[in-house]
Amino acid sequence: MKYLCLVYSNEQLLHSLPESPQDAECQAYAEQVAHSGRMLAAEALQGIATATTVRMRAGQVLLSDGPFAETKEQLAGFYLIEARDLNEALQLAAGIPAARVGCVEVRPVRQLAV
Amino acid sequence: MPMLQPATVLTRHIEQLYQQHSRQVLATLIRLLGDFDRAEDALQEAFSAALAQWPQTGVPASPVPWLISTGRFKAIDKLRQQQRFVSDGEAVLVQIVSEDADDSFALQMDQQQWPDDYLRLVFTCCHPALSLEAQLALTLREVCGLTTEQIARAFLQTPSTIAQRIVRAKQKIKAAAIPYQVPPPQQLAPRLQAVHKVIYLLFNEGYSMPCQQSAPDDGMQQADLAQQAIDLARQLLVLHFDTESCGLLALLLLQHARRQARFTSQGELILLADQQRQHWDQALITEGIRHVETALSSGRIGPYAIQAAIAAVHSESPDSASTDWPQIHALYQLLYRLEPTPVVALNQLVALSMCHGPAAALTQLAPLLADENLAQYHLLFAVAADFHRQLGQTGEAINFYRQALALATTNADQQFLQQRLQDLAAK
Repeated sequence: MKYLCLVYSNEQLLHSLPESPQDAECQAYAEQVAHSGRMLAAEALQGIATATTVRMRAGQVLLSDGPFAETKEQLAGFYLIEARDLNEALQLAAGIPAARVGCVEVRPVRQLAV
Repeated sequence: MPMLQPATVLTRHIEQLYQQHSRQVLATLIRLLGDFDRAEDALQEAFSAALAQWPQTGVPASPVPWLISTGRFKAIDKLRQQQRFVSDGEAVLVQIVSEDADDSFALQMDQQQWPDDYLRLVFTCCHPALSLEAQLALTLREVCGLTTEQIARAFLQTPSTIAQRIVRAKQKIKAAAIPYQVPPPQQLAPRLQAVHKVIYLLFNEGYSMPCQQSAPDDGMQQADLAQQAIDLARQLLVLHFDTESCGLLALLLLQHARRQARFTSQGELILLADQQRQHWDQALITEGIRHVETALSSGRIGPYAIQAAIAAVHSESPDSASTDWPQIHALYQLLYRLEPTPVVALNQLVALSMCHGPAAALTQLAPLLADENLAQYHLLFAVAADFHRQLGQTGEAINFYRQALALATTNADQQFLQQRLQDLAAK
Protein backbone atom coordinates (compact mmCIF):
# COMPACT_ATOMS: atom_id res chain seq x y z
CA MET A 1 0.00 0.00 0.00
CA LYS A 2 1.16 3.51 -0.81
CA TYR A 3 0.52 6.27 1.72
CA LEU A 4 1.09 9.99 1.45
CA CYS A 5 2.17 11.54 4.76
CA LEU A 6 1.41 15.26 4.68
CA VAL A 7 3.38 17.26 7.23
CA TYR A 8 1.53 20.32 8.50
CA SER A 9 2.81 22.91 10.90
CA ASN A 10 2.45 26.55 11.81
CA GLU A 11 5.24 28.02 9.68
CA GLN A 12 6.09 30.65 12.25
CA LEU A 13 6.66 28.00 14.91
CA LEU A 14 8.14 25.15 12.90
CA HIS A 15 11.72 26.27 13.36
CA SER A 16 11.47 28.38 16.50
CA LEU A 17 10.26 26.09 19.28
CA PRO A 18 12.67 24.32 21.66
CA GLU A 19 11.52 20.95 20.27
CA SER A 20 11.69 22.15 16.65
CA PRO A 21 13.74 19.78 14.47
CA GLN A 22 16.92 20.92 12.79
CA ASP A 23 17.44 20.21 9.08
CA ALA A 24 20.16 17.66 9.89
CA GLU A 25 17.70 15.61 11.96
CA CYS A 26 15.08 15.73 9.18
CA GLN A 27 17.68 14.62 6.67
CA ALA A 28 18.81 11.77 8.91
CA TYR A 29 15.26 10.48 9.33
CA ALA A 30 14.59 10.65 5.60
CA GLU A 31 17.77 8.62 4.98
CA GLN A 32 16.70 6.08 7.58
CA VAL A 33 13.32 5.62 5.87
CA ALA A 34 15.03 5.40 2.48
CA HIS A 35 17.36 2.67 3.81
CA SER A 36 14.37 0.67 5.06
CA GLY A 37 13.22 0.58 1.43
CA ARG A 38 9.86 2.13 2.17
CA MET A 39 10.38 5.63 0.79
CA LEU A 40 9.13 6.57 -2.66
CA ALA A 41 9.69 10.32 -2.27
CA ALA A 42 10.03 12.93 0.45
CA GLU A 43 10.62 16.66 0.35
CA ALA A 44 10.41 19.72 2.55
CA LEU A 45 8.63 22.73 1.02
CA GLN A 46 9.38 26.45 0.83
CA GLY A 47 7.03 28.64 2.86
CA ILE A 48 3.51 29.63 1.79
CA ALA A 49 4.78 33.09 0.81
CA THR A 50 6.25 31.33 -2.23
CA ALA A 51 3.03 29.50 -3.15
CA THR A 52 0.97 30.18 -6.26
CA THR A 53 -2.47 28.66 -6.73
CA VAL A 54 -3.67 27.68 -10.21
CA ARG A 55 -7.29 27.21 -11.32
CA MET A 56 -8.74 26.50 -14.76
CA ARG A 57 -12.11 28.19 -15.24
CA ALA A 58 -13.93 28.40 -18.56
CA GLY A 59 -10.72 27.54 -20.36
CA GLN A 60 -8.88 30.37 -18.64
CA VAL A 61 -5.93 29.94 -16.29
CA LEU A 62 -6.54 31.87 -13.07
CA LEU A 63 -3.55 32.49 -10.83
CA SER A 64 -3.55 33.73 -7.29
CA ASP A 65 -0.79 34.48 -4.82
CA GLY A 66 -0.56 32.21 -1.80
CA PRO A 67 -1.90 28.78 -0.77
CA PHE A 68 -5.38 27.51 -1.71
CA ALA A 69 -6.78 28.43 1.69
CA GLU A 70 -5.77 30.36 4.79
CA THR A 71 -5.21 27.78 7.52
CA LYS A 72 -3.66 27.83 10.97
CA GLU A 73 -1.18 25.16 9.97
CA GLN A 74 0.41 24.94 6.56
CA LEU A 75 1.74 22.13 4.42
CA ALA A 76 5.45 22.03 5.18
CA GLY A 77 6.54 18.81 3.47
CA PHE A 78 5.58 15.26 2.58
CA TYR A 79 6.63 11.62 2.53
CA LEU A 80 5.29 9.23 -0.09
CA ILE A 81 5.85 5.77 1.35
CA GLU A 82 5.19 2.11 0.68
CA ALA A 83 3.94 0.34 3.82
CA ARG A 84 2.48 -3.07 4.60
CA ASP A 85 -0.58 -1.57 6.32
CA LEU A 86 -1.83 1.49 8.19
CA ASN A 87 -0.03 0.50 11.41
CA GLU A 88 3.32 0.52 9.65
CA ALA A 89 2.51 3.83 7.92
CA LEU A 90 1.45 5.45 11.20
CA GLN A 91 4.58 4.26 12.95
CA LEU A 92 6.72 5.75 10.20
CA ALA A 93 4.73 9.01 10.27
CA ALA A 94 5.16 9.29 14.04
CA GLY A 95 8.93 9.28 13.53
CA ILE A 96 8.94 12.33 11.23
CA PRO A 97 10.69 14.96 13.39
CA ALA A 98 8.22 17.75 12.47
CA ALA A 99 5.41 15.70 14.07
CA ARG A 100 6.73 17.00 17.42
CA VAL A 101 5.64 20.57 16.61
CA GLY A 102 3.04 20.06 13.87
CA CYS A 103 1.06 17.06 12.70
CA VAL A 104 1.15 14.46 9.95
CA GLU A 105 -1.93 13.49 7.98
CA VAL A 106 -1.64 9.95 6.63
CA ARG A 107 -3.67 9.24 3.49
CA PRO A 108 -3.82 5.97 1.60
CA VAL A 109 -3.22 6.46 -2.12
CA ARG A 110 -6.21 5.66 -4.30
CA GLN A 111 -5.86 3.38 -7.26
CA LEU A 112 -7.43 5.11 -10.25
CA ALA A 113 -10.33 3.10 -11.64
CA VAL A 114 -9.00 2.54 -15.16
CA MET B 1 -44.27 -31.02 31.27
CA PRO B 2 -44.53 -31.58 27.51
CA MET B 3 -41.56 -33.22 25.82
CA LEU B 4 -39.65 -30.91 23.49
CA GLN B 5 -39.62 -31.99 19.88
CA PRO B 6 -36.15 -33.04 18.69
CA ALA B 7 -36.21 -30.31 16.04
CA THR B 8 -36.87 -27.72 18.73
CA VAL B 9 -34.05 -29.08 20.84
CA LEU B 10 -31.72 -28.88 17.86
CA THR B 11 -32.79 -25.33 17.02
CA ARG B 12 -32.13 -24.32 20.61
CA HIS B 13 -28.75 -26.00 20.48
CA ILE B 14 -27.87 -24.04 17.35
CA GLU B 15 -29.12 -20.81 18.92
CA GLN B 16 -26.93 -21.51 21.90
CA LEU B 17 -23.95 -22.18 19.63
CA TYR B 18 -24.62 -18.87 17.92
CA GLN B 19 -24.73 -16.98 21.20
CA GLN B 20 -21.61 -18.59 22.57
CA HIS B 21 -19.43 -19.08 19.51
CA SER B 22 -20.56 -16.87 16.62
CA ARG B 23 -17.91 -14.22 17.48
CA GLN B 24 -15.24 -16.90 17.53
CA VAL B 25 -16.37 -18.18 14.12
CA LEU B 26 -16.56 -14.63 12.77
CA ALA B 27 -13.11 -13.67 14.07
CA THR B 28 -11.51 -16.65 12.34
CA LEU B 29 -13.52 -16.12 9.16
CA ILE B 30 -12.35 -12.50 8.97
CA ARG B 31 -8.76 -13.72 9.12
CA LEU B 32 -9.34 -16.45 6.54
CA LEU B 33 -11.42 -14.31 4.15
CA GLY B 34 -9.68 -10.99 4.75
CA ASP B 35 -12.88 -8.98 4.78
CA PHE B 36 -15.48 -8.10 7.44
CA ASP B 37 -18.55 -8.16 5.21
CA ARG B 38 -17.56 -11.33 3.40
CA ALA B 39 -16.95 -12.98 6.77
CA GLU B 40 -20.33 -11.88 8.14
CA ASP B 41 -22.11 -13.26 5.09
CA ALA B 42 -20.18 -16.49 5.49
CA LEU B 43 -21.10 -16.66 9.19
CA GLN B 44 -24.82 -16.35 8.40
CA GLU B 45 -24.49 -18.93 5.60
CA ALA B 46 -22.75 -21.35 7.92
CA PHE B 47 -25.50 -21.17 10.52
CA SER B 48 -28.19 -21.45 7.83
CA ALA B 49 -26.42 -24.58 6.58
CA ALA B 50 -26.35 -25.97 10.12
CA LEU B 51 -30.11 -25.40 10.47
CA ALA B 52 -30.72 -27.10 7.13
CA GLN B 53 -28.31 -30.04 7.42
CA TRP B 54 -27.99 -31.00 11.07
CA PRO B 55 -31.56 -32.35 11.39
CA GLN B 56 -30.52 -35.02 8.82
CA THR B 57 -26.84 -35.50 9.59
CA GLY B 58 -26.85 -34.85 13.33
CA VAL B 59 -24.63 -32.36 15.12
CA PRO B 60 -20.97 -32.74 14.08
CA ALA B 61 -18.51 -33.83 16.76
CA SER B 62 -16.73 -30.44 16.58
CA PRO B 63 -19.39 -27.93 15.60
CA VAL B 64 -17.19 -24.80 15.69
CA PRO B 65 -14.62 -26.02 13.14
CA TRP B 66 -17.54 -27.32 11.05
CA LEU B 67 -19.09 -23.84 11.05
CA ILE B 68 -15.79 -22.15 10.18
CA SER B 69 -15.07 -24.61 7.40
CA THR B 70 -18.61 -24.40 6.00
CA GLY B 71 -18.61 -20.59 6.12
CA ARG B 72 -15.31 -20.52 4.32
CA PHE B 73 -16.47 -22.86 1.55
CA LYS B 74 -19.69 -20.88 1.12
CA ALA B 75 -17.58 -17.73 0.71
CA ILE B 76 -15.36 -19.45 -1.86
CA ASP B 77 -18.44 -20.62 -3.79
CA LYS B 78 -19.77 -17.11 -3.81
CA LEU B 79 -16.45 -15.68 -5.00
CA ARG B 80 -16.34 -18.30 -7.79
CA GLN B 81 -19.78 -17.18 -8.92
CA GLN B 82 -18.78 -13.52 -8.79
CA GLN B 83 -15.45 -14.15 -10.42
CA ARG B 84 -16.92 -13.67 -13.88
CA PHE B 85 -18.18 -10.22 -12.93
CA VAL B 86 -15.59 -8.86 -10.53
CA SER B 87 -12.11 -8.12 -11.83
CA ASP B 88 -10.27 -8.72 -8.55
CA GLY B 89 -12.38 -11.72 -7.58
CA GLU B 90 -9.85 -14.15 -8.93
CA ALA B 91 -6.92 -12.67 -7.03
CA VAL B 92 -8.85 -12.84 -3.76
CA LEU B 93 -9.94 -16.38 -4.49
CA VAL B 94 -6.43 -17.56 -5.30
CA GLN B 95 -5.20 -16.09 -2.04
CA ILE B 96 -7.95 -17.65 0.08
CA VAL B 97 -7.75 -21.07 -1.52
CA SER B 98 -3.95 -21.26 -1.55
CA GLU B 99 -3.82 -20.69 2.18
CA ASP B 100 -5.00 -24.22 2.86
CA ALA B 101 -3.43 -26.00 -0.10
CA ASP B 102 -1.17 -28.01 2.22
CA ASP B 103 -3.90 -29.04 4.61
CA SER B 104 -2.75 -26.41 7.08
CA PHE B 105 -6.34 -25.28 7.22
CA ALA B 106 -7.11 -27.98 9.77
CA LEU B 107 -4.30 -26.61 11.90
CA GLN B 108 -5.52 -23.05 11.51
CA MET B 109 -8.83 -24.06 12.96
CA ASP B 110 -7.10 -25.47 15.97
CA GLN B 111 -8.57 -24.03 19.15
CA GLN B 112 -5.13 -22.51 19.77
CA GLN B 113 -5.76 -20.00 17.02
CA TRP B 114 -9.03 -18.75 18.35
CA PRO B 115 -7.77 -16.45 21.12
CA ASP B 116 -5.47 -14.76 18.60
CA ASP B 117 -8.30 -14.28 16.12
CA TYR B 118 -10.56 -12.84 18.80
CA LEU B 119 -7.82 -10.45 19.97
CA ARG B 120 -7.21 -9.40 16.35
CA LEU B 121 -10.90 -8.55 16.11
CA VAL B 122 -10.77 -6.51 19.32
CA PHE B 123 -7.65 -4.59 18.27
CA THR B 124 -9.03 -3.87 14.80
CA CYS B 125 -12.40 -2.63 16.11
CA CYS B 126 -10.72 -0.49 18.80
CA HIS B 127 -8.15 0.97 16.40
CA PRO B 128 -7.44 4.60 17.30
CA ALA B 129 -7.44 5.55 13.60
CA LEU B 130 -11.24 5.15 13.81
CA SER B 131 -13.34 7.77 15.58
CA LEU B 132 -14.26 6.86 19.13
CA GLU B 133 -17.97 6.61 18.20
CA ALA B 134 -17.06 4.23 15.40
CA GLN B 135 -14.85 2.17 17.71
CA LEU B 136 -17.70 1.80 20.21
CA ALA B 137 -20.30 0.88 17.58
CA LEU B 138 -17.98 -1.49 15.73
CA THR B 139 -16.89 -3.25 18.92
CA LEU B 140 -20.50 -3.78 20.00
CA ARG B 141 -21.44 -5.02 16.54
CA GLU B 142 -18.49 -7.28 15.71
CA VAL B 143 -16.96 -8.25 19.04
CA CYS B 144 -20.10 -8.42 21.19
CA GLY B 145 -22.45 -9.41 18.36
CA LEU B 146 -25.20 -6.89 19.17
CA THR B 147 -27.62 -5.91 16.41
CA THR B 148 -27.55 -2.43 14.92
CA GLU B 149 -30.97 -1.79 16.54
CA GLN B 150 -29.69 -2.74 19.98
CA ILE B 151 -26.67 -0.46 19.60
CA ALA B 152 -28.89 2.38 18.39
CA ARG B 153 -31.09 2.04 21.45
CA ALA B 154 -28.15 1.98 23.80
CA PHE B 155 -26.76 5.23 22.38
CA LEU B 156 -30.17 6.86 21.81
CA GLN B 157 -29.46 7.11 18.07
CA THR B 158 -31.38 5.95 15.04
CA PRO B 159 -30.42 2.55 13.59
CA SER B 160 -29.52 4.21 10.29
CA THR B 161 -27.03 6.53 12.03
CA ILE B 162 -25.36 3.56 13.71
CA ALA B 163 -25.45 1.48 10.51
CA GLN B 164 -23.78 4.32 8.60
CA ARG B 165 -21.14 4.70 11.30
CA ILE B 166 -20.33 0.98 11.05
CA VAL B 167 -20.26 0.98 7.25
CA ARG B 168 -17.89 3.97 7.19
CA ALA B 169 -15.62 2.35 9.76
CA LYS B 170 -15.43 -0.84 7.70
CA GLN B 171 -14.72 1.19 4.57
CA LYS B 172 -11.83 2.90 6.33
CA ILE B 173 -10.50 -0.43 7.62
CA LYS B 174 -10.42 -1.62 4.02
CA ALA B 175 -9.31 1.52 2.17
CA ALA B 176 -6.61 2.56 4.62
CA ALA B 177 -5.55 -1.07 5.25
CA ILE B 178 -6.02 -1.13 9.01
CA PRO B 179 -4.49 -4.55 9.67
CA TYR B 180 -6.20 -7.51 11.29
CA GLN B 181 -3.51 -8.22 13.83
CA VAL B 182 -2.46 -8.10 17.44
CA PRO B 183 0.13 -5.29 17.61
CA PRO B 184 3.78 -6.29 18.13
CA PRO B 185 5.01 -6.15 21.76
CA GLN B 186 6.57 -2.68 21.46
CA GLN B 187 3.23 -1.19 20.31
CA LEU B 188 1.02 -3.26 22.56
CA ALA B 189 0.86 -0.98 25.61
CA PRO B 190 -0.58 2.13 23.90
CA ARG B 191 -2.95 -0.01 21.82
CA LEU B 192 -4.18 -1.86 24.91
CA GLN B 193 -4.88 1.57 26.42
CA ALA B 194 -7.19 2.27 23.49
CA VAL B 195 -8.98 -1.05 24.02
CA HIS B 196 -9.35 -0.33 27.74
CA LYS B 197 -10.79 3.07 26.97
CA VAL B 198 -13.44 1.61 24.67
CA ILE B 199 -14.42 -0.97 27.28
CA TYR B 200 -14.56 1.68 30.01
CA LEU B 201 -16.66 4.05 27.87
CA LEU B 202 -19.06 1.22 27.04
CA PHE B 203 -19.40 0.49 30.73
CA ASN B 204 -20.00 4.14 31.63
CA GLU B 205 -22.55 4.47 28.87
CA GLY B 206 -24.55 1.67 30.50
CA TYR B 207 -23.71 2.65 34.06
CA SER B 208 -24.88 6.26 33.79
CA MET B 209 -28.44 5.11 33.15
CA PRO B 210 -30.75 3.82 35.91
CA CYS B 211 -31.21 0.01 35.85
CA GLN B 212 -33.72 -1.06 33.24
CA GLN B 213 -36.94 -1.94 35.03
CA SER B 214 -38.04 -4.24 32.24
CA ALA B 215 -37.10 -4.96 28.67
CA PRO B 216 -39.17 -3.22 25.99
CA ASP B 217 -42.04 -5.44 25.02
CA ASP B 218 -41.26 -5.91 21.33
CA GLY B 219 -38.92 -8.85 21.61
CA MET B 220 -35.84 -6.70 21.16
CA GLN B 221 -33.99 -6.65 24.43
CA GLN B 222 -32.24 -3.56 25.66
CA ALA B 223 -28.53 -4.17 25.42
CA ASP B 224 -26.95 -4.07 28.84
CA LEU B 225 -23.81 -2.13 27.93
CA ALA B 226 -22.34 -2.36 31.41
CA GLN B 227 -22.64 -6.15 31.32
CA GLN B 228 -21.22 -6.28 27.77
CA ALA B 229 -18.23 -4.24 28.92
CA ILE B 230 -17.63 -6.57 31.87
CA ASP B 231 -17.81 -9.66 29.64
CA LEU B 232 -15.37 -8.04 27.23
CA ALA B 233 -12.95 -7.08 30.03
CA ARG B 234 -13.15 -10.65 31.34
CA GLN B 235 -12.38 -12.14 27.93
CA LEU B 236 -9.54 -9.69 27.33
CA LEU B 237 -7.92 -10.70 30.61
CA VAL B 238 -8.23 -14.40 29.83
CA LEU B 239 -6.66 -13.88 26.40
CA HIS B 240 -3.84 -11.62 27.50
CA PHE B 241 -2.76 -10.90 31.05
CA ASP B 242 -1.93 -7.29 31.68
CA THR B 243 -1.98 -5.40 35.00
CA GLU B 244 -4.26 -2.69 33.67
CA SER B 245 -6.66 -5.18 32.05
CA CYS B 246 -6.87 -6.79 35.47
CA GLY B 247 -7.36 -3.41 37.18
CA LEU B 248 -10.01 -2.44 34.64
CA LEU B 249 -12.02 -5.62 35.20
CA ALA B 250 -11.76 -5.11 38.97
CA LEU B 251 -12.95 -1.51 38.66
CA LEU B 252 -15.94 -2.46 36.51
CA LEU B 253 -16.96 -5.29 38.83
CA LEU B 254 -16.71 -3.13 41.95
CA GLN B 255 -18.72 -0.31 40.36
CA HIS B 256 -21.26 -2.72 38.92
CA ALA B 257 -21.71 -4.20 42.40
CA ARG B 258 -23.34 -0.89 43.44
CA ARG B 259 -25.76 -0.65 40.53
CA GLN B 260 -28.91 -1.55 42.51
CA ALA B 261 -28.09 1.06 45.15
CA ARG B 262 -27.21 3.97 42.85
CA PHE B 263 -30.66 5.18 41.85
CA THR B 264 -34.01 5.62 43.58
CA SER B 265 -36.99 3.85 42.04
CA GLN B 266 -37.72 7.19 40.31
CA GLY B 267 -34.29 7.13 38.69
CA GLU B 268 -32.74 9.77 40.96
CA LEU B 269 -29.04 9.49 41.65
CA ILE B 270 -28.01 8.37 45.16
CA LEU B 271 -24.53 9.45 46.28
CA LEU B 272 -22.05 6.86 47.47
CA ALA B 273 -22.32 8.12 51.08
CA ASP B 274 -26.11 7.67 51.08
CA GLN B 275 -26.35 4.29 49.35
CA GLN B 276 -27.86 1.29 51.14
CA ARG B 277 -24.74 -0.84 51.19
CA GLN B 278 -26.62 -4.06 51.93
CA HIS B 279 -27.82 -3.76 48.32
CA TRP B 280 -24.28 -3.96 47.01
CA ASP B 281 -23.59 -7.24 45.22
CA GLN B 282 -21.19 -9.13 47.49
CA ALA B 283 -20.29 -11.76 44.87
CA LEU B 284 -19.12 -9.05 42.45
CA ILE B 285 -17.23 -7.30 45.25
CA THR B 286 -15.41 -10.50 46.18
CA GLU B 287 -14.46 -11.13 42.57
CA GLY B 288 -13.44 -7.48 42.10
CA ILE B 289 -11.24 -7.44 45.20
CA ARG B 290 -9.53 -10.64 44.07
CA HIS B 291 -8.60 -8.93 40.77
CA VAL B 292 -7.46 -5.75 42.58
CA GLU B 293 -5.09 -7.85 44.66
CA THR B 294 -3.74 -9.57 41.56
CA ALA B 295 -3.26 -6.21 39.80
CA LEU B 296 -1.57 -4.54 42.76
CA SER B 297 0.82 -7.44 43.28
CA SER B 298 1.90 -7.70 39.65
CA GLY B 299 4.33 -4.84 39.31
CA ARG B 300 3.66 -1.64 37.40
CA ILE B 301 0.40 -0.20 38.66
CA GLY B 302 -1.69 1.94 36.33
CA PRO B 303 -4.68 4.25 36.67
CA TYR B 304 -7.33 1.52 36.39
CA ALA B 305 -5.73 -0.58 39.14
CA ILE B 306 -5.54 2.47 41.43
CA GLN B 307 -9.17 3.40 40.78
CA ALA B 308 -10.11 -0.22 41.45
CA ALA B 309 -8.17 -0.09 44.72
CA ILE B 310 -10.14 3.03 45.70
CA ALA B 311 -13.41 1.29 44.85
CA ALA B 312 -12.25 -1.72 46.89
CA VAL B 313 -11.66 0.44 49.98
CA HIS B 314 -15.22 1.75 49.66
CA SER B 315 -16.56 -1.76 49.12
CA GLU B 316 -14.98 -3.01 52.33
CA SER B 317 -16.42 -0.19 54.47
CA PRO B 318 -19.78 -0.69 56.19
CA ASP B 319 -20.59 3.03 55.79
CA SER B 320 -19.13 6.35 54.68
CA ALA B 321 -18.05 7.45 58.17
CA SER B 322 -15.94 4.37 58.89
CA THR B 323 -14.25 4.44 55.47
CA ASP B 324 -10.46 4.53 55.46
CA TRP B 325 -10.36 8.06 53.99
CA PRO B 326 -6.61 8.63 54.54
CA GLN B 327 -5.93 5.59 52.37
CA ILE B 328 -8.35 6.83 49.70
CA HIS B 329 -6.69 10.25 49.80
CA ALA B 330 -3.27 8.63 49.35
CA LEU B 331 -4.54 6.55 46.42
CA TYR B 332 -5.97 9.67 44.73
CA GLN B 333 -2.63 11.43 45.19
CA LEU B 334 -0.96 8.48 43.49
CA LEU B 335 -3.56 8.57 40.72
CA TYR B 336 -3.07 12.33 40.24
CA ARG B 337 0.63 11.72 39.60
CA LEU B 338 -0.31 9.40 36.69
CA GLU B 339 -3.37 11.32 35.52
CA PRO B 340 -3.28 14.99 36.49
CA THR B 341 -6.89 15.73 35.49
CA PRO B 342 -9.43 18.02 37.21
CA VAL B 343 -11.68 15.02 37.97
CA VAL B 344 -8.89 13.33 39.91
CA ALA B 345 -7.92 16.60 41.65
CA LEU B 346 -11.52 17.08 42.72
CA ASN B 347 -11.85 13.55 44.07
CA GLN B 348 -8.62 13.97 45.95
CA LEU B 349 -10.04 17.09 47.62
CA VAL B 350 -13.26 15.31 48.56
CA ALA B 351 -11.14 12.60 50.23
CA LEU B 352 -9.11 15.33 51.92
CA SER B 353 -12.28 16.91 53.28
CA MET B 354 -13.26 13.55 54.77
CA CYS B 355 -9.87 13.36 56.51
CA HIS B 356 -9.31 16.97 57.60
CA GLY B 357 -12.67 18.69 57.16
CA PRO B 358 -14.23 20.87 54.44
CA ALA B 359 -12.39 24.07 55.45
CA ALA B 360 -8.99 22.54 54.61
CA ALA B 361 -10.32 21.19 51.30
CA LEU B 362 -11.91 24.55 50.37
CA THR B 363 -8.54 26.30 50.61
CA GLN B 364 -7.12 23.87 48.06
CA LEU B 365 -10.20 24.16 45.85
CA ALA B 366 -9.60 27.88 45.19
CA PRO B 367 -7.06 27.44 42.36
CA LEU B 368 -9.38 25.01 40.58
CA LEU B 369 -12.27 27.48 40.80
CA ALA B 370 -10.03 30.14 39.28
CA ASP B 371 -9.05 27.87 36.36
CA GLU B 372 -10.80 29.08 33.21
CA ASN B 373 -10.54 25.65 31.61
CA LEU B 374 -12.85 24.27 34.30
CA ALA B 375 -15.46 27.02 34.03
CA GLN B 376 -17.93 24.56 32.43
CA TYR B 377 -17.27 21.69 34.83
CA HIS B 378 -20.44 21.33 36.92
CA LEU B 379 -19.00 18.88 39.46
CA LEU B 380 -16.42 21.45 40.54
CA PHE B 381 -19.17 23.85 41.57
CA ALA B 382 -21.23 21.08 43.14
CA VAL B 383 -18.24 20.09 45.30
CA ALA B 384 -17.57 23.72 46.29
CA ALA B 385 -21.25 24.06 47.21
CA ASP B 386 -21.09 20.91 49.28
CA PHE B 387 -18.04 22.10 51.27
CA HIS B 388 -19.82 25.41 52.04
CA ARG B 389 -23.00 23.54 52.96
CA GLN B 390 -21.08 21.39 55.44
CA LEU B 391 -19.57 24.55 56.96
CA GLY B 392 -23.05 26.04 57.37
CA GLN B 393 -22.31 28.81 54.82
CA THR B 394 -25.74 28.60 53.21
CA GLY B 395 -25.48 31.68 50.97
CA GLU B 396 -22.23 30.54 49.32
CA ALA B 397 -23.57 27.00 49.04
CA ILE B 398 -26.72 28.16 47.22
CA ASN B 399 -24.65 30.25 44.79
CA PHE B 400 -22.42 27.35 43.88
CA TYR B 401 -25.31 24.87 43.58
CA ARG B 402 -27.01 27.29 41.16
CA GLN B 403 -23.85 27.50 39.05
CA ALA B 404 -23.57 23.71 39.05
CA LEU B 405 -27.23 23.33 38.08
CA ALA B 406 -26.80 25.69 35.14
CA LEU B 407 -24.00 23.49 33.81
CA ALA B 408 -25.35 20.00 34.61
CA THR B 409 -26.49 18.01 31.56
CA THR B 410 -28.06 14.75 32.78
CA ASN B 411 -31.51 14.54 34.35
CA ALA B 412 -30.23 12.65 37.37
CA ASP B 413 -27.62 15.35 38.10
CA GLN B 414 -30.12 18.18 37.68
CA GLN B 415 -32.64 16.52 39.99
CA PHE B 416 -29.99 15.93 42.60
CA LEU B 417 -28.82 19.56 42.56
CA GLN B 418 -32.39 20.89 42.65
CA GLN B 419 -33.07 18.72 45.69
CA ARG B 420 -30.01 20.14 47.44
CA LEU B 421 -31.16 23.68 46.67
CA GLN B 422 -34.66 22.96 48.03
CA ASP B 423 -33.18 21.47 51.21
CA LEU B 424 -31.06 24.59 51.75
CA ALA B 425 -33.96 26.96 51.04
CA ALA B 426 -36.03 25.13 53.66
CA LYS B 427 -33.46 25.87 56.38
